[in-house]
Amino acid sequence: MRYVSEFREPSAARMLAHEIRAACTNSWTIMEVCGGQTHAIVRFGLDSMLPPGITLIHGPGCPVCVTPLETLDKAIVIASREEVIFCSFGDMLRVPGSSLDLQTVKSQGGDVRVVYSPMDALALACKHPDREVVFLAVGFETTAPANAMAAVQAKRRRLDNFSLLVSQVLVPPALEVILSAPASKVQGFLAAGHVCTVTGYEHYRPIAEKYSVPIVVTGFEPVDLLRGILACVRQLESGRAEVENEYKRAVRPAGNPVALRQIEEVFEVADRKWRGIGEIPQSGLVLREKYHDVDAERRFGVEAVATEEPSECMSGEILQGLRKPPECPAFGTRCRPEAPLGATMVSSEGACAAYYRYRRNRGPSESG
Amino acid sequence: MSDPKPLEGLGTCPLPLRVHRTVQMAHGGGGRAMRDLIERVFRSAFSSGTSVPHDSAIVDLEAGRLAFTTDSFVVSPLFFPGGDIGKLAVFGTVNDLAMAGARPVCLSAGFILEEGFSLERLQQVVDSMREAADEARVSIVTGDTKVVDRGKGDGLYINTAGIGVVADGLEVSPSRVRPGDVVLVSGDIGRHGIAVLSVREGLAFETSIQSDCAPLAGLVARLIEAGVEIHCLRDLTRGGLASALGEIALDGGVGIEVEERAIPVEAPVVAACEILGLDPHYVANEGRLVAFVAPADGQHALEVMRSHPRAAGAARIGQVVSAHRGVVHLRLSFGGERVLDLLSGEQMPRIC
Amino acid sequence: MCLGVPGRVTRRFEVNDLPMGKVDFDGATVDVCLAYVPEAGVGSYVIVHAGFAISMLDENEARQVLDDLAEIERLAGADERKGDE
Repeated sequence: MRYVSEFREPSAARMLAHEIRAACTNSWTIMEVCGGQTHAIVRFGLDSMLPPGITLIHGPGCPVCVTPLETLDKAIVIASREEVIFCSFGDMLRVPGSSLDLQTVKSQGGDVRVVYSPMDALALACKHPDREVVFLAVGFETTAPANAMAAVQAKRRRLDNFSLLVSQVLVPPALEVILSAPASKVQGFLAAGHVCTVTGYEHYRPIAEKYSVPIVVTGFEPVDLLRGILACVRQLESGRAEVENEYKRAVRPAGNPVALRQIEEVFEVADRKWRGIGEIPQSGLVLREKYHDVDAERRFGVEAVATEEPSECMSGEILQGLRKPPECPAFGTRCRPEAPLGATMVSSEGACAAYYRYRRNRGPSESG
Repeated sequence: MSDPKPLEGLGTCPLPLRVHRTVQMAHGGGGRAMRDLIERVFRSAFSSGTSVPHDSAIVDLEAGRLAFTTDSFVVSPLFFPGGDIGKLAVFGTVNDLAMAGARPVCLSAGFILEEGFSLERLQQVVDSMREAADEARVSIVTGDTKVVDRGKGDGLYINTAGIGVVADGLEVSPSRVRPGDVVLVSGDIGRHGIAVLSVREGLAFETSIQSDCAPLAGLVARLIEAGVEIHCLRDLTRGGLASALGEIALDGGVGIEVEERAIPVEAPVVAACEILGLDPHYVANEGRLVAFVAPADGQHALEVMRSHPRAAGAARIGQVVSAHRGVVHLRLSFGGERVLDLLSGEQMPRIC
Repeated sequence: MCLGVPGRVTRRFEVNDLPMGKVDFDGATVDVCLAYVPEAGVGSYVIVHAGFAISMLDENEARQVLDDLAEIERLAGADERKGDE
C-alpha cells in the first residue's frame, strides 16, 4: 500500500533501532499515548528492537478502555429497547458494562450493529424512519469531527429518529494527570499522531515546559514510531524538553481548522469521568444546547443511570502507567480476554490484552 | 343448487392451487404444497431422475472406513462476491470430509426456510448447490425442508451432512502431528471474509476480491496419490489461518512456528484489512487448507500442491516444534515474535 | 486514536450537499466524506478515519522521511566500508 508499505520496511526499522541504540547512554521511560500506537508496537514487535534501557509504557489513549462504566450501562439500556437500532464501532462490542456488554445484548435480541462510520448510522436512520437509530459516539479528538458531522447532518436533514450517545474525551488533560501523579515514571511522551492531525500540537508546549518532558508527535507505522522514539531519546539525552513533530506528512502545527470549527459548533468542553481513573476536569466533550435534541441520554431518559466499578480491576493504575498487568492479582486467572474484568483486557490495544497475548509464554523478567 | 363437486384432478386440498412467489408455511406442512416444492425445486435439481423418493437414501460404497461430518450454514448476506450460501454448504462439507483424507461420496441437505423468502432466490441457491455438487463430484441424495414463521430466520439456513470413504491405513488427524513436520498453506488468505464484509450493510466498500470458496477434495486426492506422508489437514474457515493452526496446536499438543513473511496475502485483502483494522491471519477463508506433512516430504508436497489449479499459490509457512506446546508463534518480519492466540470471539472491525 | 489510513482520491461527488470522494487504498475503495479537506482534489492523498478524510497527506514530507532513511543507509554503508579498510 502506497505511503504505508514504505514506512513498514524492516530494513529501515532496523536502521532506526540501531540509531536509537547509538544515541542511548541512559535508561529512559517513554509513554506512547495512543492505543493504535500500542497495537502497532505489539503487532510489529518494536519494543523487542529497542535497547534494554528504554521502557515503553502504554498510556490511556484508548477510548475503548477509558469510556466510563456509566456510558456502557446507558448504551446497554438503550440498545435493549425494541424500537432502537444501536450502532457502534466494533471496538465497543465486548467492553464489559456493570453486568452485560453490547454483544450480549445483541445475542439476547437487541438490534446492535457494527458500523465503520457515524454516517453509516445516519444512513440507517434514513432507511428506517420507523425505528430510533442511536450511535455510540466515543473517541478522542480524532473522531470528534466525524461525530460532529453526524449531529450537524441529522439536524440539517431534520432526521428526528437519530441521536448520539456521546462519550468524547480529550488528550491533554489526561497527560497532565499522568505527569502530576507522584509515582509517575514517565520522562517523555509520544503524542498521538492522528489526534494531532485534528488539534495541532501548539497546546502541548505549556505541558512540556511545566513538567519538563519532551513531547514528540508520532505516527503509527514502524518507521514513524521508531523516529518518534529516536527524537524523544535524543531530547532526553541532551536535557531538552520540547514539542517536536515527527509525523509531518499528516500533522500541521495548527491542526485542521475546518474540523476544529465543526467540533466547536457541536460540542463544548465539560468534566468527564475516565473509567478506572476517575473524573478529570474539562477532559470531555458534550453536545451544546442547540444539539440537545440529538442527545440520546436526554431522548431516552438515561441521564441518571448509576454504576459500580468492580474493586479488583486495576485498569486505572495500568492506564496511567503506574503498574504493569502482571502485577494485578487477577491477571491471566480471573481476568482473561474471554472473561475480562476491565476494559484494558477487552480492548486489543488495552495493555492487559496486549500483555496477555504477547508475553504469556515468557517470564515476567522480560523487558518492556 | 347442488353441492359443489370437487373439481376433477385437484383433490380436496384447501390451499388454492396457484403459483406462489414466496415460501408459505404450507410448504413445510407435509402436504401437497411441500411435495410440490420438493419435486419442483429440490429433486429436479439434485436427483438423477430415476430414484423413487423414500425416507432414506441407499448408497453403494466401496470398502473402507466411513468419514461422516455435518455443518450448518447461516451466512449473511446469502449472496456475496464469488459465491452464495448454497455453494458454501456443499463445499464446506465436502472439504471437511477431505480433511480427514476421505473421498467424499454423498451429501444430505436440510433447509430451514423463513416464511416469505423468495422462491426465485431459493431456486438460485439450489441451482448453485447442484453446480457445486457436480464440481465436487458428489451427489445430494437426501434432504429435509422446514418452514419457520416470518421473523424467525435470516431467510434461509442450510445444514449439510456428508459421507466419504477413507482408504485403509490412511490416518489424517492432529494426533499424528510431530515436531519437525512442515506446515504448508494452499494459497493466499483472507478472501472470503473480506468478500462477505464488502457487501455487508454499514461496512460496505468496493473491492475486486471474490470469495475463495472452492472444493479441496481433488487437491487432497492428488497429495495422497503422490505418496506424500500427510499427518494432518485442516481447511481454513471462520477464524482464519490463526484459528486453524491454534486448534491443531491444542488438539495435537504441539507448538507451531510460522513466518509472517511466508504467509501469502493479496494486496486488496491487505488494503481492506488496514481500513477496517482487521488482522488478516484471523479473516475467514473457504477454499484454503493447511497441511502438516513429514519433514522429508515438505518440498515434494509443495510442488504437488502448486501443480494443482486450486493451489497454484501454495507456500511453505512454518514447522511444528516441541517448544511452547499448544501455542502458535508468529515470527515477525521485523525479527521479533508474537503469539497467534485463539480469539475469544469474532474479530471486529475497529477504529482504534 | 488511531486508525488513519492514507488513500488516493479518484473521484469527487456530492451527497446531500456534502463533498464526498471515492478513495482508493490500493485494492479497496471507500466512499469518504471530504468536508474537512476542502483542498483535496482528484489525485490527492488523504488520511481517512471512520469514513472521513481528516488530513491531507503531504507527499513532500513523506518523501523527506524516505530520503532521510536512504541517507542513514548510505552513511551506514560508508561506515562499514571504512571499518573494513
